[in-house]
Amino acid sequence: MRNTSARGAYWRGFWAAAPFVLVVAPFGLLFGVVATEAGLNLVEVMSFSIFVIAGASQFAAIQLMSENAPTLVVLGTALAVNLRMAMYSASLAPHLGQAKMWQRALASYFMIDQSYAVSIAEYEEQPAQSLRDKVAFFFGAVTPTCLPWYGATLLGATIGQTIPPGLALDFAVPITFLAMIGPMLRTAAHVAATFVSVTLALLLAGLPYNSGLMIAALGAMAAGAQVEFWQTRRAG
Amino acid sequence: MSYSTAEIWFIVIVLGLGTFLLRFSFLGVIGRRQLPGWVLRHLRYTAVAVLPALVAPLVLWPQAAGGEPNPPRLLAAAVTLGVGYFSRNVLAAIGGGAVTLYLMLFLMG
Repeated sequence: MRNTSARGAYWRGFWAAAPFVLVVAPFGLLFGVVATEAGLNLVEVMSFSIFVIAGASQFAAIQLMSENAPTLVVLGTALAVNLRMAMYSASLAPHLGQAKMWQRALASYFMIDQSYAVSIAEYEEQPAQSLRDKVAFFFGAVTPTCLPWYGATLLGATIGQTIPPGLALDFAVPITFLAMIGPMLRTAAHVAATFVSVTLALLLAGLPYNSGLMIAALGAMAAGAQVEFWQTRRAG
Repeated sequence: MSYSTAEIWFIVIVLGLGTFLLRFSFLGVIGRRQLPGWVLRHLRYTAVAVLPALVAPLVLWPQAAGGEPNPPRLLAAAVTLGVGYFSRNVLAAIGGGAVTLYLMLFLMG
């Protein structure tokens, strides 16, 4: 009986997340192409998608590597892009925190924007379901969102080796990032953070070691947090 | 790019490990304890803080156009951002930007 309910939860997670394969697969494909064009070999490209499994930070790392940025700048920037994962981890902890250690470790590895968003929506809607069902739902949501990432990267890396130059692929990364930024501009605080980020990045572009990028990011985070603080104080 | 094989593997492994630790932080180690409000407030804006800073110089001074502002790329960037903002659809925005870029590059030869 408990098995049946867990199996049901797994498939509910699977079908709730299934549409996101349309987002994940093209992204993985593009990553494979861009990383190959940047000069990584097939094993290196695949190891990015297997070890890191976080699209935006992988694109950020490849972009900075193609600019020959210092290793520490590549790592600092790509990890900063993933800071939001700590927030996801905190918000999943009340629901999955009592699961077995190997389940929590595996769930952490597979924590991407899509598997997180689908699962947290389910947990908030039905908080009373058993731990077993919550875990099963999460891995159901992981299946169609995370697993295609590997295959799509492989396909992209294979295609990437045959793409002729002159296709203006230099602009694939900027377009990908801009496409992600557009939908993020939900509140005045997000817009303020973006504005500060762009302004500081352009003003400080001449600083050595891409350090302007890190300063711009820190300033923008502070700006977003400050605007949100003002707004909640006014509302409260 | 001019990294040695060892440097590339260093980046992949440290980035992979660091990303895992960020994901594992609360779920695996810190447990149910709540983050202070001001930390959460900052974390919420990491994506809109980092990505625009990364992308702005690439849009304004693209290497492929000799580091000078390039009308096809500027227009493609504006279309991508606009489609993303209004449709809330990442793939539609990528499609719109790519079509604009290739159309403009074709027209302006």
